[in-house]
Amino acid sequence: MKIGTPKEVFEGERRVAMTPDSALQLQKLGHECLIESGAGAASGFDDASYTAAGVEVVKTAAALWKAADVVAKVRVPDASEMKKLREGQTLISFFSPVADEAKMQAAAKKGATVVAMEMIPRISRAQKMDALSSMANIAGYRAVIEAGNNFGRFFTGQITAAGKVPPAKVLVVGAGVAGLAAIGTSTSLGAITLAFDVRPEVAEQVESMGAEFVYLDFEEEQQDGAATGGYASVSSPEFREAQLAKFRELAPDVDIVITTALIPNREAPEIWTADMVAAMKPGSVIVDLAAEKGGNCKQTVMDQKIVTENGVTIVGYTDFPSRMGTQASTLYSTNIRHLLTDLTPEKDGVINHNMEDDVIRGATIAHASEVTFPPPPPKVAAIAAAPKKPAAKELTAEEKRAAELAAFKAQTKNQVTLLAVGGALLLAVGLVAPASFMQHFIVFVLSVFIGFQVIWGVAHSLHTPLMAITNAISSIIILGALMQIGSGSGLVVVLAALSVFMCGINIFGGFLVTRRMLAMFQKS
Amino acid sequence: MENAFTIAAYVVAGILFILSLGGLSGQESAKRAVWYGIAGMAIAVLATIFGPGSGLWPVSVVMIALGAAVGYQLATKVEMTQMPELVAIMHSLVGLAAVFVGFNADLMINYIGGIYEAEGLVMGAVGEDGVKAVGLSKEVYDGLSTFGQLIAKKSSVEIGILRVELVLGIWIGAVTFTGSVIAYAKLAGGSSLLPFKIDTGAKKLPGGHMLNAGAAALSVLLLVLYLSGSGSWALVLLTLAGLFIGYHLIMGIGGADMPVVVSMLNSYSGWAAAAIGFSLGNDLLIVVGALVGSSGAILSYIMCKAMNRSFVSVILGGFGGPAGEQMAVEGEQIAIEADGVAAALNDADSVIIIPGYGMAVAQAQQAVSELVKKLRAKGKNVRFAIHPVAGRLPGHMNVLLAEARVPYDIVMEMDEINEDFPDTDVAIVIGSNDIVNPAAQEDPNSPIAGMPVLECWKAKQVFVSKRGQGTGYSGIENPLFFKDNTRMFYGDAKASLDKLLPMID
Repeated sequence: MKIGTPKEVFEGERRVAMTPDSALQLQKLGHECLIESGAGAASGFDDASYTAAGVEVVKTAAALWKAADVVAKVRVPDASEMKKLREGQTLISFFSPVADEAKMQAAAKKGATVVAMEMIPRISRAQKMDALSSMANIAGYRAVIEAGNNFGRFFTGQITAAGKVPPAKVLVVGAGVAGLAAIGTSTSLGAITLAFDVRPEVAEQVESMGAEFVYLDFEEEQQDGAATGGYASVSSPEFREAQLAKFRELAPDVDIVITTALIPNREAPEIWTADMVAAMKPGSVIVDLAAEKGGNCKQTVMDQKIVTENGVTIVGYTDFPSRMGTQASTLYSTNIRHLLTDLTPEKDGVINHNMEDDVIRGATIAHASEVTFPPPPPKVAAIAAAPKKPAAKELTAEEKRAAELAAFKAQTKNQVTLLAVGGALLLAVGLVAPASFMQHFIVFVLSVFIGFQVIWGVAHSLHTPLMAITNAISSIIILGALMQIGSGSGLVVVLAALSVFMCGINIFGGFLVTRRMLAMFQKS
Repeated sequence: MENAFTIAAYVVAGILFILSLGGLSGQESAKRAVWYGIAGMAIAVLATIFGPGSGLWPVSVVMIALGAAVGYQLATKVEMTQMPELVAIMHSLVGLAAVFVGFNADLMINYIGGIYEAEGLVMGAVGEDGVKAVGLSKEVYDGLSTFGQLIAKKSSVEIGILRVELVLGIWIGAVTFTGSVIAYAKLAGGSSLLPFKIDTGAKKLPGGHMLNAGAAALSVLLLVLYLSGSGSWALVLLTLAGLFIGYHLIMGIGGADMPVVVSMLNSYSGWAAAAIGFSLGNDLLIVVGALVGSSGAILSYIMCKAMNRSFVSVILGGFGGPAGEQMAVEGEQIAIEADGVAAALNDADSVIIIPGYGMAVAQAQQAVSELVKKLRAKGKNVRFAIHPVAGRLPGHMNVLLAEARVPYDIVMEMDEINEDFPDTDVAIVIGSNDIVNPAAQEDPNSPIAGMPVLECWKAKQVFVSKRGQGTGYSGIENPLFFKDNTRMFYGDAKASLDKLLPMID
């Protein structure tokens, strides 16, 4: 199949859906790769590097759309690109089935297959194709960088000859992928980082990144994040109030606020209200990653940076991933490449659009002239449900001691009984057996005793060598045969010689194989 | 025989054997321990060959050399996956040797008896003091071999005891011999070198345990007959009864119980040696036999405990019937491909691998080792969890992993690792079934209820490498395969892992 990537037509879009690296991998799957001339220029990949990777550079977008069986791009196609989409062609791109419903219908009508990167289900197996996460990661990083760019102070606290610099205080709201990336970047720059999320179960992740989780004094059973595919859900009005009150308390203190709160298929919730903005110190920065969906702060202007009356900068850019074109292209093209790997299970260059596969089915929104959105619920839950543990019954100290005492008593009783029975049996034997027998018998009993003591100490992992070595030494029976071989009739000699032979096999075989095994055991 | 130097050599050998077994408590000391064993054996054999009273030593040396050649071939050629077979067939040799030595003892008694008769005396007759036997004349006595002299000195009671001892030695030896041969055939399956093949299923002749009981009763009867002087034919019949019991007992035990069977036979071969030691009046045989016997008994006990079954129920074969309706298993088995497993492994920080007999069958241990090496190179915490009855021999998995150069300090016992599963990202089950069956804990009516199992389902994700959807040896449905966090990685374990390996990056 021919996989083609056109130059993005959206104004200011720097990303590209195929890099020379990903093209090499795609060719390993048996595909041919095409790219429109200049498509990678904005991300730092020139045509020559594509040619070097074996990619055919096509002059115009029209020629590319015509030649390619699979078109992989970043942004949802615009009207002119929709026209170029043809029957039997597969389009892979960001494509919101809700916002771009008309385009989806049009594509289905044409008989084209559309795989929407937004719709990749959030299951572990599909993480490698999850472009939303990889883009969110970049957005989170870039948000901190943008904030720093607009912030007049250091992130880290310093004590210099010229005076003491306090560290910046950063609040990250929403600890999704973007939020966690922002937390990581911010803490590594040295800022004091606070983080909040409506899902209390992410507190651990936040703390593992070195930030402080902001807890609310609020008693409410939160909905388990697992039920909503790992995304946050709408919270109750009371909870929202408690949350806003906490933010109001924090607002005068923090220097940088990064908001990432989004709920799927909804307008962004307002979490940083006008009075909080007013309460912030002049020079503070707000980066609103939800600007595209209306913003977590109502003063945010999409795609712009504004300064409020009290000197607070609000950044409302929506193109953070595009601002880091090279990085974003590398990650996005890898996501695309993984998706195509799943679509080419035989690695023979033939696309097998398996609609039984959870991931492929979930992401496909138009296929075989039909709209295939929404997909059926996946067979697999995204995240294991949080276990509800019944508290184990704690034993009190007295109960424990009583249990131990009882166990000790039972053990003692057992041992004494065993000793008494064994002793009685021995005495009974001694009453009837002749002394010469008892001499050997005492050796026997003591040996069994030693055997039990010694064998309990053998490591479980050495049980096979133990069997092999006991096998070898049980051939000690050879002594009997050796003593008999020189005495008596022909039959005795033959039987004894055979015994010696068999024991010989065992002795040498057993010891050698034990040595072979033991030599293999080695420490790391 | 009554040479102080030989006895001193035996003492040294005995101590060396005890040290040799004790040294197996750790991997490093074990490497020294095996040399103790070899030294002990060398001392014992040399002291006997060149000690007084053993004639025909050139024959002995030749036979030992022949045995050594065969043993060397066996030991160097055997695959580690075939260890259970090798151990089983070696047990059979010990058993057979015990039978032969026992018969020789009987022949010697008859021979000495003949001499007494020729001299006009009664063997074992007690003299006037009531204790000391009336001996042969000095010339005749000195003409006897050491063993002959030993018998010649015995009183009639002592000869009776001697006969009981040698019957025990022969009988246990016979049971060990056929039992081990059958166990070998079952373990080796298609690759058995025997002219007949036996599949691993449990089979019994009509009559079941009654036949065994009958044979045992017959053996006791024959013992009584033999003691009352019936002659050697009773001994031959008794041996046949022992051979039959060994055959029938092991035929009735299924493949999954083989670890118990092999350790039990190990124990029997020890007791046989001890019994022969009694009849020959040789303390070293008694000491070693007792050591080996108790070692096998402890191994059997450990295995039984790990399966939560009594020794008797294993020996009598088959699982007890289920106590009631078993819990129905709900859900479906969800399959996964190598790339999914690779993705999860690439993301995981901690991995636990649970190998079972299936890994040995597929010869997948090298691939597993490669996988572990790759994962560990990436700084992941990879460990193995070994159930005591994994495989067909106690400790079998450890040996296989060691052969594949998996360092032993990441190979853990069940008790060491079971509580770590909840903190583990990925658990991989390779060719094991019953030992990871949650029904043992959850379903009181399950045939394996109460058996300690590896709680791998508590890991965040479980991958089960398995050939198909069937149940294991025991035929028990495994709810693990239906759990939400379990994915089935179908296919031959080695082929699956080879597919997986290049995807770990």
